[in-house]
Amino acid sequence: MPELIKAKEPFKFCTRLHLSELTGLRATTLGQFLALIKQVSGSCIYHHTHRFLQQHQYLSPEPPNDFAYWVTDILGEDELGERLVSIDTIQYSTIRDLREKIASTIESYLRDNPLAKLRFARSGEEFHFIKSVSFILPTNYIAYDLNEFAEVLKKITIDSIYFHIFEARLRLEKPTNDFAFWIENSLGDKKLANNISSFDPYTSTLEDLRNKIIQIVESRITG
Amino acid sequence: MAKIEEYIPLVGQAVIDDLRLLGERLKGKVIQHINSTPVGGGVAEILNRMVPLLRELEVDAKWDVIKGGEQFFEVTKKFHNALHGKAEEITKRDFEVFMETSQQNIESIDTYGDIVFIHDPQPIALIKKKAANKWLWRCHIDVANPNERVWGFLMDFITQYDSMVFSAPSFSRKLPIRQFLIPPSIDPLSDKNKELPQEIIDSVLKKYDIKKDKPIIAQVSRFDRLKDPIGVIEAYLQVKKYIDCQLILAGGTAEDDLEGFKVLEEVKEKAKKDPDIHILLLPQNDIDVNALQRASDVIVQKSLKEGFGLTVAEALWKAKPVVASNVGGIPLQIKHKYSGLLCHSIEGASFAIKQLLSSPAYAKKLGENGREHIKNNFLITRHLRDYMLLFLSLYHPEDIVYL
Repeated sequence: MPELIKAKEPFKFCTRLHLSELTGLRATTLGQFLALIKQVSGSCIYHHTHRFLQQHQYLSPEPPNDFAYWVTDILGEDELGERLVSIDTIQYSTIRDLREKIASTIESYLRDNPLAKLRFARSGEEFHFIKSVSFILPTNYIAYDLNEFAEVLKKITIDSIYFHIFEARLRLEKPTNDFAFWIENSLGDKKLANNISSFDPYTSTLEDLRNKIIQIVESRITG
Repeated sequence: MAKIEEYIPLVGQAVIDDLRLLGERLKGKVIQHINSTPVGGGVAEILNRMVPLLRELEVDAKWDVIKGGEQFFEVTKKFHNALHGKAEEITKRDFEVFMETSQQNIESIDTYGDIVFIHDPQPIALIKKKAANKWLWRCHIDVANPNERVWGFLMDFITQYDSMVFSAPSFSRKLPIRQFLIPPSIDPLSDKNKELPQEIIDSVLKKYDIKKDKPIIAQVSRFDRLKDPIGVIEAYLQVKKYIDCQLILAGGTAEDDLEGFKVLEEVKEKAKKDPDIHILLLPQNDIDVNALQRASDVIVQKSLKEGFGLTVAEALWKAKPVVASNVGGIPLQIKHKYSGLLCHSIEGASFAIKQLLSSPAYAKKLGENGREHIKNNFLITRHLRDYMLLFLSLYHPEDIVYL
């Protein structure tokens, strides 16, 4: 087994806990929906495109974003729902860009399908805009090398994994996820960093993601 | 009462570690809960569990209860029904009665908390005592379509609070104060939800003279019009035409719920000719409720309105197939055909019950999915975390908070 590099600066694991803040804004038609998507805060867009990652860790019938779910299941616009669900979130480095993509997808659909504007949700089935308030706390876990890093990954909450993989990159606008950044810059292991940043985390459950990262790190340790 | 460590086998060590981290951030703050009754009903039930657990997490939580006479609670019951959208005649005198008792409470209750957390409309007027401390109001009621006169009356108080909490997104509206979504929760280690040995379940059935010779349908809920016990009997009678089964309607009444006794009499009248309908009044008998839920084949919650519907979470936690109305917080707990069946009518409820009784494998799968969903989202540990974050949010107005 090759000797492990010790980092000067350890990786300090944080956790991210969130609270859902209601806005009182609701949409009944696609027109209202689009207007509100353009107007609400970035924290709202973030909530509705990422909520599923933390609330549904197991197989569930819901599509992975609230916008697609409402458009498909409530308005019955399956094609638009499919277009929204297949937006490749990992390609967008800011919420701003993601919001523009969602809005332009709906706009282009409405141009091609003007009758879709006439659809409306029944009372009680309106889309309610909610925003995510994040609380970021340092945990007591730190790692100086890959061994310690893998051991901590086995113990920390999925909220911590979520924070370092998703929130740090998209919401805090860092160039890559925190794990890859530390591995490249503090351990100097560019290959491992690339491995960790190259897969699409949006298509896994958080538990699968944890296991995948542990597996990649452990196979690097054993060489 | 269970200690915080006892939740580790259910939710994992790291979840409890996170709660302790949050508890540290709240050191030195006194959190004072105030509601209208120490026993009966969902609010008192949650506070009975929540307050000791917060203390274990080193959060200085206290709980006080307002006082009120029969007349006051009759008025607040009318308010409650009106906020749920039921037609109620609210007189000028009703508002006066409300304010007279409120004034007595304003004079007698010490609002010493750094954070004063008011639950439901009964104590809402205490906000008049607001000083430099922070005030929260939690609305446990389904206010998707409230009587605007009562809501308007409450708004004068609501706008003076720092923030408020709803149980479901559909209850929210544009407000000048911050509003948060925090669904309630169940305690998996309480007498009502803990695992029970089969002997106890059998002995409870024997106690109430219920034989397990035909499938059991049950609704466990307060005797209240909004829980529609008469509708449950009608749905059961439609099922009974095709499947020989029995029905249990079990529930208590809250101390401040005078109308409940009237509803109970009506239900008894409706059920008196059918020996397979068991009407059980179970005030504060949690082990019996737990045993009856576990003995049931299908659990129903046919509410017309529902603040949240914790009995649905209780049933799902026991991996029971559930048929419930698509109202209030129930759709947050049940995804139709995935973790239970939703209905909108008596006929719909009866059809769904028949489906579940006829397809045990499907019913079992729905129950198992339901238990997993409750485990991930509606246990008391999630609720404790949300409350502590809510308290911290009072000192942090931003969307991304570094603690």
